Amino acid sequence: MTAPATTTPLADAADTPAPAKPTVWRKLFRNPAVLTGLAIVLVMVFIGLIAPLIATSDPSAINPAARNRLPMAESSMRADDGTRITVKHWMGTDTLGRDVFSRVVYGARVSIFIGVAVAAISIGVGLVVGLLAGYFRWLDSVIMRIMDGLMAIPAILLAIAVVSLSRAGLLSVIIAIVVPEVPRVVRLVRAVVLSVREEPYVEAARVSGTPTLKLLIRHVLPNTVAPLIVQGTFICASAILVEAILSFLGIGIPPEIPTWGNIMAEGRQLFRVFPHNILYPGIFLALTVLAVNMLGDGLRDTLDPKMEKRG
Amino acid sequence: MLSYILRRLAATVPVLFTVAVMVFLMLRLTPGDPAAIIAGDNATSQQILDIRTKLGLEQPVLQQFFIWLGSILRGDLGESFFFRKTVWELISERIEPTLSLAVLTIVLAVIIAIPLGVVAAYRQGTWVDRLVMGFSVIGFSVPVFVVGYLLVYIFAVKLGWFPVQGYQRISGGLGPWFRSLVLPAFTLSVIYVALIARMTRTSVLEVLSEDYIRTARAKGQTEVKVLFQHALKNAAVPIVTVVGIGIALLIGGVVVTESVYSIPGLGRLTVDAVLARDFPVIQAIILSFSFVYVLINLLVDLSYTIFDPRIRY
Amino acid sequence: MKSVKLSRRSVVAGAAAASALAGTTGASAQGAANTLRVVMHSDLRIVDPIWTTAYIVRNHGYMIYDTLFALDSKGDVQPQMVDKFTVSDDKLTYSFTLRDGLMWHDNTPVTTADVIPSIRRWGARDPLGQTVLGFVASMDAKDPKTFEIKLKEPTGLLIFALGKPSSNVPFIMPKRVAETDPNTQISEFVGSGPFVFQRDEWRPGDKAVYTKFAGYKPRSEPASGLAGGKVAKVDRVEWRVVADQQQAVNALLAGEIDIIESPSHDLLPLLKADNNIKLFNWNPLGNQYTMRFNHTTAPFNNPKIRQAALYAFNQEDFLKATIGDPEYYKVCKAMFVCGSPLETMAGMEDKLESNFAKARQLLQEAGYNREPVVLLHSTDLQVLTNLAPVAKSLLERAGFVVDMQSMDWQTVVARRVKRDPPTQGGWSAMLTSWVSADILNPVMAGFFNASGDKAAFGWPNDPEIEALRARFARAGTLAEQKQIAEAVQRRVAENPTHIHLGQWYSPGAHRSNISGWVATPAPVFWNIEKGRGA
Repeated sequence: MTAPATTTPLADAADTPAPAKPTVWRKLFRNPAVLTGLAIVLVMVFIGLIAPLIATSDPSAINPAARNRLPMAESSMRADDGTRITVKHWMGTDTLGRDVFSRVVYGARVSIFIGVAVAAISIGVGLVVGLLAGYFRWLDSVIMRIMDGLMAIPAILLAIAVVSLSRAGLLSVIIAIVVPEVPRVVRLVRAVVLSVREEPYVEAARVSGTPTLKLLIRHVLPNTVAPLIVQGTFICASAILVEAILSFLGIGIPPEIPTWGNIMAEGRQLFRVFPHNILYPGIFLALTVLAVNMLGDGLRDTLDPKMEKRG
Repeated sequence: MLSYILRRLAATVPVLFTVAVMVFLMLRLTPGDPAAIIAGDNATSQQILDIRTKLGLEQPVLQQFFIWLGSILRGDLGESFFFRKTVWELISERIEPTLSLAVLTIVLAVIIAIPLGVVAAYRQGTWVDRLVMGFSVIGFSVPVFVVGYLLVYIFAVKLGWFPVQGYQRISGGLGPWFRSLVLPAFTLSVIYVALIARMTRTSVLEVLSEDYIRTARAKGQTEVKVLFQHALKNAAVPIVTVVGIGIALLIGGVVVTESVYSIPGLGRLTVDAVLARDFPVIQAIILSFSFVYVLINLLVDLSYTIFDPRIRY
Repeated sequence: MKSVKLSRRSVVAGAAAASALAGTTGASAQGAANTLRVVMHSDLRIVDPIWTTAYIVRNHGYMIYDTLFALDSKGDVQPQMVDKFTVSDDKLTYSFTLRDGLMWHDNTPVTTADVIPSIRRWGARDPLGQTVLGFVASMDAKDPKTFEIKLKEPTGLLIFALGKPSSNVPFIMPKRVAETDPNTQISEFVGSGPFVFQRDEWRPGDKAVYTKFAGYKPRSEPASGLAGGKVAKVDRVEWRVVADQQQAVNALLAGEIDIIESPSHDLLPLLKADNNIKLFNWNPLGNQYTMRFNHTTAPFNNPKIRQAALYAFNQEDFLKATIGDPEYYKVCKAMFVCGSPLETMAGMEDKLESNFAKARQLLQEAGYNREPVVLLHSTDLQVLTNLAPVAKSLLERAGFVVDMQSMDWQTVVARRVKRDPPTQGGWSAMLTSWVSADILNPVMAGFFNASGDKAAFGWPNDPEIEALRARFARAGTLAEQKQIAEAVQRRVAENPTHIHLGQWYSPGAHRSNISGWVATPAPVFWNIEKGRGA
C-alpha cells in the first residue's frame, strides 16, 4: 500500500462500496443501535412538529417580572386586554422570563432542521462537485486543490469567521457549518467515482457510447448512496453540536429563534445558580446527537462495514 | 524520501495560496468596519474615514491583497489594527499556552484512548467493549463547554484540586503549569479520546484476525505482548491518521476550551480578533493554523514508514 | 487549597494529587501577597484615554495619569495636581499653580509646559472640552509652576471640565506625548499618576500590569472620590482577563483573584453566600440605560413617533430584565440622573408609564406607515443583551413593527455610525448604557447634542436644544443651570433625542482581606490594601 498524499480512512473505505441489497433492510431492523437511534430521532422530530400544540407559551414572549424561575414554578401575566394568564413553567424560565419548556420544544424544530439542512446541503453540493472532480480529470486537480485549501482551515475558525462577518441568522449559520463539511464529502464521492470508473462494466458502457451524464447517474451514483447516508448522519450530528458551540461563542442563531444551542449558551453564565437553563436543552441536545450517531454507526455497520468514522 | 518531502512541501503552496485568497476575500467582502470600532463612541464620519485611509482600507481590494501577499512573503505579518503590536508579537505571546494545551491533550488522549480501544477490541462484544463504545458515542454528543463547566464545578469549585481558570507559564515552574492545564486538557480530550478509541478498536479488530497474530499466539507469546506489540503496531497506520485528522477538530475545541478556562492562547485571540474585525490578525492566524494542519498531515504520512515498512515514498 | 466540607477520603486524595503535582495554589509566582489581582469589565486594548471614550481605557488613565482637578465624594470639584488657583473679578482670567513634587514616571518634573498641550489635545476630542475651549481666548505658561487661562466670555464650566470625572478625562501627559495629533493614538505611556504601566507585561486578551510609582507625592487630604491623596498601598495591580463571567466568580470564590470590578448581577447570590467575599458599590451615582434614535430615517425621523416610543416604554421592565434585583436598580425619570444637582422630572411625568393607548394615538396622528424599526441587538455584553428584546416587546405592544437584528457589540458599534436607510445596512434604534458621571448636564452628555450632522450617531437636529445648550455653557449659577436643564428636558420630552431607561448600579466584589475602597465614578486602585489570609 502506497498512501497517496490525500489518503484518509474515508478514501480507503470507498474501495469497496457495498451495493444496496434487499436483505439490508432486514439487517437494519435487527440492529439495536439503528432501532434505538431511529426511535429517539423520530420522537424528537415529532416533538418539534407538534411544538405549537405542546408549548405552554410563546417561546419568545418575554416577561421580565418572572425571570429566572425554577422548574415547576408558576407565573402570571396581564395580557393587553386586561385578563390574567397563569402559566406553569415545567422547566423554569430564563433571564428574560421566557418559558424554557416552550423554547426547548420549539428548539427541537430549529436544531434538527439545522442538522438535516447542513447534511442535505453538504451532501448535495459535495456530490455534484465530487462527481465532477472524479470524472473529469482536467477539473480534478483544480477542485481538489480548492478542497485541500478549505479543509486546511479549521472548521470552527471558518464558521466563526463566516457567521460573525455576515449578519447572524439561520442561513449564515447553516452556510458556515456546510462550508467545512463539503470538502470531506467531495473526497468521499471522488474516491467512489475513481474506483467505479475502472470497473469493467463501466468501461464497457463508456466504450459503447453511453453519454457521460447517464453513465454517472446509472453506474456511479448508486455506489455513493450507502457511504453518503452514513456520512450524512455524522454531519447532521456534528452540525447540531457546532451550532451549540457557535452560540456559546456568541455568534450563533439570534436568541429570537430558540435552538438548543442558544438556550444553553444564554443559560451558561448562570450554570451554578440556575442550572435548568443548560440542563434541559442539554439533555435534549445530547440525546439527539447520541441517537443520530448511533443511527450512523448502525447504518455503517450494516451498509458499509469497512468504513470508519469521519475525515 | 527526500524528494517526496520536497514535493509534498511544494504542494502546500497552492493550498496555502487558496486559503489566503479565501480568507482575504471573506474578510473584505463582508460588513463590519474596523475603523468604526477603533474610532469609538464620539467619532465623526471624517475621523472614521481618516482611520480607514491610515489602515489602507480605502485602497482597491485587489491592491490590498497584493500588498498583504507581498509582505507575507517577506515574512512580515503586519500590525494589528487595535493593539499597538505586530501580529507576530501577538501570535508569539499566545503560542505557548495553545501549544501546551494541544500537546498535553494529545498525549492524554493517546494514553487513555489507545488502551481503551485495544481492550475493547480484545473483549469484543462484552460489557467492556460496550462501555468503551458507549463512552465514545457520548463523547461525540456533549458540547465541549458543558464538559468544561462540569469539570470545573466538580474538581475546582467543590474539591479544590485544580485552579478554576487561568494559565501558568512554563517559566513559572512545571508544577503550576501542569496543574493549570489538567482540567482544560481533560475537557478538550473527551472528544479526541472518543475518536481515537473508536479507530483503535476497529483497526485492532481487523489485525487480530490476521495470520501472524495466530502465529504469535501459537508461539506462546503473552496476550499483552500479542496485543500491544504485534496487533497495535500493525494497526497503527489508521490510528496515526486519525490523530492527524483530529488536529483540525482539536483546533476548534481549543477556541472553546480557552474561552472557558481563560487561557490566553491563539483560540481566544482568534475570537477576539474576529469580533473586533482585526483583519491582519485573523488572516495571519487562519493562515498559520492551516499551515500547521498541512504540516502535521505531512508528518503523519511520513510516520507511516515507521509503522509499516511496506510503505515507501 | 480551598477547604470545604470534604470526606476524609477525598481530602487524602486531594492532598496526594496536590503534592504529586508539586502544587502551589492558584497564586501567581510574583509575590502574591502585595499584588491585587483584578478582573475588570473588559480587556484593555487601546491605551489612549483621550483618543477613545471606552471606560476600560479611562480606568487605565486613572492608574497612570493625574488630573488638574478631581470630583470628590460629595460631587464638588477639588484641586488635584493644582495647588491653588485664582479667578479674576470679571471671571475671565484663571491663574493656576501646580503643587510641589509632581514627577513623571521617568523621574522628570511635571511642568506647565506639559499641562497646556494636554488640555489642548483633550479639548480636541472631548465634547465638553470642545465646548469649553470655545470660550478660551488663550492659555499661557507663566513659569514652570503657574499658568493662566483667559476666557473670551465667562463660563461656569471651566473648572468642572478640568475635573471631568469620566470619559474623556482631561489627563495630563508629558509635552512630547500630548503633542501627538489628537486623531492618532499615543505610543508612549508615561504618566505622573500613582501607578506605572508595565508595557512589557501588557498582553491584550490576557493581562495588564501596573506597579506602584515610588516617586508619586500624594496630597495630604484623605482620599475622597477622585480627589484627595492617591496613596498606592499595594506594589502591583494586575488586570486579568477572564471573559467568562461565571469563571470569574468561581475564581474569586477560590481565591485565585482578589477583585471583580462588576460581576454579573445574576451571580451575586453566589458571592453573597460566601463569608470571604464582600460587595462594594464603587459608583454610587450608577449608570443609566439609554435608547438612541436614528433621526435621519423613517420611522424615527418623526418626533411624534419618537414620542410614541417614550410613552410605550417603562423603565421597570428594562431594569428587571437586565439587573433583576431591585437592590441594584432605580426607576428614575430624571435625564440628568437622580441624586445629582440637576435632577428634575420636568416634562416626563406622564411618559415612561407604558401608556400604549397614548402611544397608539400618537402613531395614528403621525401617520405611522408600519415602517419597520430596525433595532440593533447586541448579544455579547451581559449588561446590554436583554435590553433590545424588552424594547421590541414594548414597541410591538404599542403598534410598532420591529425588526430586531442580533449581532455582537462591535458590529453594533460599526453599524450605528452608518447613515444608510435601514434596509441597506442602516438602523433605527440602538441601546446602550452611560456612566451617570458622563451625563450630569446637557453639555457633557453627548446624546443631547442636536446639531444634526455634527452630532453623535443618531444625528438629531433641533436648533432649540442647541440654543439651550449654548445658554447652559454660559450659565454662571447653579440655579440658572438648573432652570436651563429643566427646559432641555421638557424640550426632549416633546422632541426626544434619546430615551433614558433607568439607573442601575454595579457592585464590585472582593475578598474580605481587601479594604480601603474609594467610591468613585471610575474604579480606582489607590488607597486599597491587601491584608493577610482569606
